[in-house]
Amino acid sequence: MFFRQVWTIMAKDLHSELRTKEAWNASIAFSVVILLLFAFAFDPSSDQIREFGSGLLWMTYAFAGALVLNRSFARELQNDCLDALIASPVSSPALFVGKALANFAMLFAVELFSLPVFGLFYNTWPPRFAPLLLVMVLGTWALTIIGTLFSALTVNLRLRELMLPTLVYPMMIPVLIAAMTVTTNILAGTAMGFGVRFLVAFDIIFTTLAVVFVDTVLVG
Amino acid sequence: MNALEISDVWKYYGDFPALRAVGLNIEPGSTLALLGRNGAGKTTLLRIIAGLSRPSRGTVKIQGADAREQSTRQRIGVLGHGIALYDELSAIENLTLFGRLYGLPDPRKRADEMLERVGLARVRDGLAREFSRGMRQRLAVGRAFLHDPEVLLLDEPFTALDDRAIAVLQSMIQSMRDRGRTIIMSTHQLREALELASHVALLQRGQIVHTGERMQEMLDDTGWLYRTYGDN
Repeated sequence: MFFRQVWTIMAKDLHSELRTKEAWNASIAFSVVILLLFAFAFDPSSDQIREFGSGLLWMTYAFAGALVLNRSFARELQNDCLDALIASPVSSPALFVGKALANFAMLFAVELFSLPVFGLFYNTWPPRFAPLLLVMVLGTWALTIIGTLFSALTVNLRLRELMLPTLVYPMMIPVLIAAMTVTTNILAGTAMGFGVRFLVAFDIIFTTLAVVFVDTVLVG
Repeated sequence: MNALEISDVWKYYGDFPALRAVGLNIEPGSTLALLGRNGAGKTTLLRIIAGLSRPSRGTVKIQGADAREQSTRQRIGVLGHGIALYDELSAIENLTLFGRLYGLPDPRKRADEMLERVGLARVRDGLAREFSRGMRQRLAVGRAFLHDPEVLLLDEPFTALDDRAIAVLQSMIQSMRDRGRTIIMSTHQLREALELASHVALLQRGQIVHTGERMQEMLDDTGWLYRTYGDN
């Protein structure tokens, strides 16, 4: 029952997004523009790219993510759909996990699209793709889980587009530092280090906390 | 067992008590018209019954179970102020989605039946955003009745409905009544509500000031209830 509800919510969100492309178009355009502007503004050498490339990449993902996450619960406000979901037999954790998975899929797709753009403009390709994908999955899930929870928390606020980044980015700092450190190591071709274990622990702890508290967040 | 038991329910918004010691028991098969002026607390009470908000104090039991229990929500249908439909989905997709969320055995088939019932079968693949206001309202009625709820909560159900939507809604409420379902509706449209209601509750400034069976006097003179039990 839980997984069927999760699947239904996730499929609904992805289906709606595929039809409107609101978050997708905005976040893709944002990612490409940022990567392009930095490439022309600094014209970095390959050594410089190894130093700040991962930072640029994760900053782009974090800001593009805000565009995706802002829409997550906000799209439920239209016509009071959120009330209908909360009044339905869907459990709050299933609603949350379904939305988080849809957000993850959208953000990960944006990242996969941006990665070759980064490689092209900065002439940098990671020596190994599997570790990079692993850190992208772990880092993106961490960004998604925090963002989705705060999207639910701020959904009824008048200035939610402003409040969400204000609340979310401080929470994301540890994740971004860990993801940047690991990505720098991957681009340099060295061992991934402690960051991966930190990301795994962060994902587990914050997913558990979010699932436990989401009913309180949604119903009060 | 009562269909609905509300005991000593208080709801505060900050320091302001929107509901004050509300107590109400509703027998299965009753149709209750929840009446009151703007700001009396009707919507707040309905939201608490629907599990959309928690009371600050007191309890709400639906068929003996907590309103937020999953099995309880399975048995409740809610038609609120908003139509609760996704504009970017078609009529059939909207109803199938809610059919899935309510765990119906064949959501697509049930959605098709409901579209037929509300007179939208012809436009089943049309996007909700392309519908006229009346069509959207009929679709919303179809969504609320889709899973054949045992307890139906209607918040101002006749407000802003066109003639056809009112006819559809009245016929569906009548059908629910005939099958012994419990209906609670808050409304300003006294005549429509009182014609359907078996019981009446009057809310005033967050308190229930009268509950009882609907009487002929109420139908004959819609102001009688307020004059007799209300402030004016």
